[in-house]
Amino acid sequence: MDRDQALAFLHDMLLGRRFEERCAEEYMKGNIAGFLHLYPGEEAVAVGVIHACETSDYIVSTYREHVHALVRGVPAGEVMAELFGKRCGCSRGMGGSMHLFDPQRRFMGGYAIVGETYPVAIGLGYGIAMKDLPEAVICFFGDGAVNQGTFHESLNMAALWKLPVLFVCENNQYAIGTEIHRHSAVPEVYKRAAAYRIPAERVDGMDVLKVYRATEHALQQIRAGSGPQLLECLTYRFRGHSMADPGHYRPPVEVKAHQQTDPLELALRELSLVYPTPEQIAAGPDALLKLRQYCFDQGHLHEEGFKELEQQVQDEVEAAVQFALESPQPTLDDAWQALYCNRGDEILI
Amino acid sequence: MAEEVLIWQALNRALDEVMAADEDVFILGEDVGLYGGSYRVTEGLYAKYGEWRVRDTPISEDSFTGLGVGAALMGLRPVVEIMTINFALLALDAIINMAAKVPFMAGGRLPMGLTIRTPGGVAKQLAAQHSQRLEHTLMNVPGLRIVVPATPQDAYWQLKQAVLSDEPVIVLEHELLYFHKGPLDPAIPPPPPHRAVVRRPGRDLTLIAYSKMAVLAGQAAERLAAQGIEAEVIDLRSLSPIDWQTCADSVARTHRVLIVEEDCRFAGAGAEIAAGLTERCFTRLEAAPMRLAGLDMPTPYNGTLEAQTIPQVDDIVAAAHRLVKEGS
Ligand SMILES: Cc1ncc(C[n+]2csc(CCOP(=O)(O)OP(=O)(O)O)c2C)c(N)n1
Repeated sequence: MDRDQALAFLHDMLLGRRFEERCAEEYMKGNIAGFLHLYPGEEAVAVGVIHACETSDYIVSTYREHVHALVRGVPAGEVMAELFGKRCGCSRGMGGSMHLFDPQRRFMGGYAIVGETYPVAIGLGYGIAMKDLPEAVICFFGDGAVNQGTFHESLNMAALWKLPVLFVCENNQYAIGTEIHRHSAVPEVYKRAAAYRIPAERVDGMDVLKVYRATEHALQQIRAGSGPQLLECLTYRFRGHSMADPGHYRPPVEVKAHQQTDPLELALRELSLVYPTPEQIAAGPDALLKLRQYCFDQGHLHEEGFKELEQQVQDEVEAAVQFALESPQPTLDDAWQALYCNRGDEILI
Repeated sequence: MAEEVLIWQALNRALDEVMAADEDVFILGEDVGLYGGSYRVTEGLYAKYGEWRVRDTPISEDSFTGLGVGAALMGLRPVVEIMTINFALLALDAIINMAAKVPFMAGGRLPMGLTIRTPGGVAKQLAAQHSQRLEHTLMNVPGLRIVVPATPQDAYWQLKQAVLSDEPVIVLEHELLYFHKGPLDPAIPPPPPHRAVVRRPGRDLTLIAYSKMAVLAGQAAERLAAQGIEAEVIDLRSLSPIDWQTCADSVARTHRVLIVEEDCRFAGAGAEIAAGLTERCFTRLEAAPMRLAGLDMPTPYNGTLEAQTIPQVDDIVAAAHRLVKEGS
């Protein structure tokens, strides 16, 4: 991976983190309402997967999709304006946090009903296959979502017709308050794909490089015409399920343990040009190996450069909030137009 | 003795009492157990009755509702919580094709003591997929009973009656009413679950509403009274069946009726009530039944627009004024 790409990853991960933290603040201030599901802890998945895609690939996501949209290139201002319910939002204030859409960037939506992303994704995949295009579809879903019937129905069709879909499970190990061992008889999500003979892999979803490489590999296979693939990214959300959920069902030691593998810290460590501290060396061979390799081989980032990057991201988020604040409110007319957008000039009565 | 409780507490108490009294009652749903329920309705029950009677399910609405159907066929009394009505759309096969039809198809020889509890309605900026009202769909299904409590007392009574009934009953709870306070006296014997109630007597017009709109209709009636218009307020309490007698008696006295519903107007509950009352009291009416309903539009996320898509107290007051003027 070259320097530019490494820094782009880091930028997007930082942006994802800061953006979401800022959303929490704006929610407390009352500028954002409704259900707000935040992403901190899971950044390596969105960044690793979406960076491995072409801009012509389609993305289908859930209600926890702000960072997917940002990484896809939806302007942060338009995402924030949508969360504020404003007219300049990417869904014109009609969708809100759970329903971000940007057709131009092939960001085909945030879906709030668990299990809806699969059929939408295979529909897009069907069209691509029918027209024999080189594109692919990324279908995001959570670990809880694999127990919806549409998972099995869609995987079967995708495999049967060799549809170009990459199913990406963001396994953060909880469906709201229910831990995966209490909701799934087979907690290794990737194993389920075998039932439909779909090649599948489990990766460390806290490690952006691993996610990136696994996605790249899977997409190569898909574009070669071999049909769907499934990628299970093991990750963890640092916050509750949504802003309405304090997350009391998770023992603090568990949350702490996962914060040790914060994907941002990990990415940073991998990218910075410093010798490991005695603490890092003592922390184990894993961190050490990674560090050594990257420090010696590459040296992409200095302390100074990182500070600049942080400032840049901070400015971007501020600008997004400013944009959202200044955007006008949509009107009821806008809403009617959104509803009848496909009606043309037809006069019905 | 009446005490002041919140609606979720009244529901919680009803469940606790029926579970203590009858071992055949069990609860199923997402996050109903360890987590305590998204609206706290099942709080404490997991610890008290254990996991076989308070079961946390995977996110598999169609199949766990269908499980409820199967269990009901052997005489059990499952109480299925569908986290919100929006997700009940995935379970419509189990509800409509199975719960409502199996006893009939079996020639009337099977019980269906299934209760489905589900919160719904327009809450606060939850956007189009999370603001559904589904009464229009469910009312059109023969074989289902639908109750729509608006007070803690009714929530308590009607949930208990639902669980003890051998018919499938859907309890539609309003997401914005869970934290509404009101008196609950468990000692008062309940009226039949489908009986409508006159919440406020009046002579100038009848306001018919249910669930959260019954609360708003009551507030509108107070405002109207201050302006010299006496509105009679009927809380329907049940959408299937509908207590026509209580409604028709009222209309016979007031000669005018305004139906208020949060659901979309087109082919909604209000349409059924307007048609039913026209058939029953055409000669008693001095004006056509008037409907005040949600706009025929998915719910926008934007808060101001959201409020404009459903009836507010001001809208009810204004509509009542228009109706009273009409034909007089
Ligand atoms: C059909 C349906 N049922 C229930 C819900 C309520 N709900 C929203 S998110 C969620 C948990 C989903 O967990 P998971 O798929 O693991 O995704 P995560 O939120 O962890 O990213 C539930 C039960 C819903 N939105 N849709």
